[in-house]
Amino acid sequence: MTPAPFIRCDGIAKSFGTTRVIDNLALDIFKGEFVSLLGPSGSGKTTLLTMIAGFERPTEGGIWLDGYRIDDLAPHKRNMGMVFQNYALFPHMTVAQNVGFPLRMRRMGRADAQARVARALEMVELGAMADRRPSQLSGGQQQRVALARALVFEPRVVLMDEPLGALDKRLREQMQLDIRDLHRRLGLTIVFVTHDQSEALTMSDRIAVFNKGRIEQIDTPAAVYDRPATRFVAEFVGETNMLSGRVADTGPDGTAVDLAGGLRIRVRQPLEPGRAVSVCLRPERLHLGGAGVNVMDCRVTDRVYMGDHLRVALDGAAGPIIARLPRSADTIREGEAVTASFAPEDCWVLAA
Amino acid sequence: MGAIKTVWGILCVLFLMGPLIVVLPIAFNAGGFVSFPIQGWSLRWFAVLFGDPGWRLSIWNSLIVGLASSALATMLGTLAALGLRGRVGVPVVLARMVFLLPMATPAVVLGVGMQLIYARLGLGSTYAGLIIGHAVLSIPFTLLSVTAALASVDRGVERAAASLGAPPPTVLWLVTLPMALPGIVTGFVFAFANSLDEVVLTIFLAGPNQRTLARQMFLQLRDNLSPAIAAAAFTFIIATICIGITGLWLQHRRKRMMA
Repeated sequence: MTPAPFIRCDGIAKSFGTTRVIDNLALDIFKGEFVSLLGPSGSGKTTLLTMIAGFERPTEGGIWLDGYRIDDLAPHKRNMGMVFQNYALFPHMTVAQNVGFPLRMRRMGRADAQARVARALEMVELGAMADRRPSQLSGGQQQRVALARALVFEPRVVLMDEPLGALDKRLREQMQLDIRDLHRRLGLTIVFVTHDQSEALTMSDRIAVFNKGRIEQIDTPAAVYDRPATRFVAEFVGETNMLSGRVADTGPDGTAVDLAGGLRIRVRQPLEPGRAVSVCLRPERLHLGGAGVNVMDCRVTDRVYMGDHLRVALDGAAGPIIARLPRSADTIREGEAVTASFAPEDCWVLAA
Repeated sequence: MGAIKTVWGILCVLFLMGPLIVVLPIAFNAGGFVSFPIQGWSLRWFAVLFGDPGWRLSIWNSLIVGLASSALATMLGTLAALGLRGRVGVPVVLARMVFLLPMATPAVVLGVGMQLIYARLGLGSTYAGLIIGHAVLSIPFTLLSVTAALASVDRGVERAAASLGAPPPTVLWLVTLPMALPGIVTGFVFAFANSLDEVVLTIFLAGPNQRTLARQMFLQLRDNLSPAIAAAAFTFIIATICIGITGLWLQHRRKRMMA
């Protein structure tokens, strides 16, 4: 038996005036889960988070928390911790007062509250900053204060709205690991909004990919990456080569697809012959040399040295293709003729 | 080029400060009339200013009416700014215009109108009437300054407070108002300064018992040109400068704390 969802969004629609931002959306989140809402800006992911937090009401549909409908519940009664992109700290309070705010709202005794605040600040390694003002802290430190403030009252759910968007790359990657670690250690239920696909892949148990107010796919990072449900997901999550073609025939040992450029390749999925399809091929699935099932002759049109790998643009019977090659392929030169290959199981076929 | 700018700047300052430079020494005149140059140094007119019952009453009245009316104007202006905040539409624009109207209306017109209404309500020649009148004139200042302060308060911070368990009144009290405090204080200072030198409306609304310092100076100027007027002006200017500096200092302190 699958457990009942902790947060249930059902038939949610949201319109601002005549603009429909979210349309007939369903999403179940389970207790202890880390779910990312991933999508481009304007795809409705933040709007959904805002509705879960209670700052907006759905135009249609309902939201349940732990079995209770919460559409009509004011934000301050929802017991959810929220972290904002711009930190949203109280500038007129010290770090300790900021973190202590939710405890003060819950009328916790002074001694208890002080101990909890100290522990929360310790957790984000800011114990020494308790008496500073937010303005005296760096961006990363401010975001850790916001995190401590959202966790200190042991909320039922933690909502994060692009919390790392304002940080530089290095700090962002460190914070990703820190948040992931906190999630595991404290068993938190986290809903995390981001437009950064690598962030979503790194941190989440499941990713909901948003596009134009709908969820295109909700699944584990590996499934979203390896088996995207739609072309949009394939192109938004990670880099991908899209090869258009038509199914030639299908059998027990796979399917043959004729690509637009004339090349016939083999894939694993059984497909109906005659159907127009798009084959997604991840750049890192391509290899040099003719040892695979699907082999094609190409010319190197560009090579970029990326440090840990080589990014190579190829042109051949399958059209222009991007490949991500290991450093051992360093000797490759622009204009050189090469043979590239890929395995049938590394292709993922979508309806065109 | 630089020299010309400096000279021009000095001329501008002289033009603005000239009257003050002439009036201030007269306060210390030993002679019996407002005259320049002065005939000798003395503090006698300050003694008159703070000793004469008429002058003393007027100073007290200015303080009472000033403080009460600016408190009232700050309260109403803040409430109005909160109510109009983040709203759009014709009714909101109209409401804002009504609140700002006293700034554009000639005080004489306002004075005549209020006198007529006060006569019916029995508010003529009362402290309450004068305080309300001054507050009406000051509301535009407080509304504008609080509106500007509220515009810089991030909605996200208020949402954060709500998500952490603060009901709306608590958010207002612990987050919004403290963050807008510099604007509220500025509004209060403007309102107080405005009330201090308000004469026209006071002539219409105040009885002999509510005579304010500005009104008293006006009256004395017509009657006997006593240098006590200059002493009052001197006190006035010093008080205004002190208020201004206090306001600036408060703002600076908060800015340094929050920035």
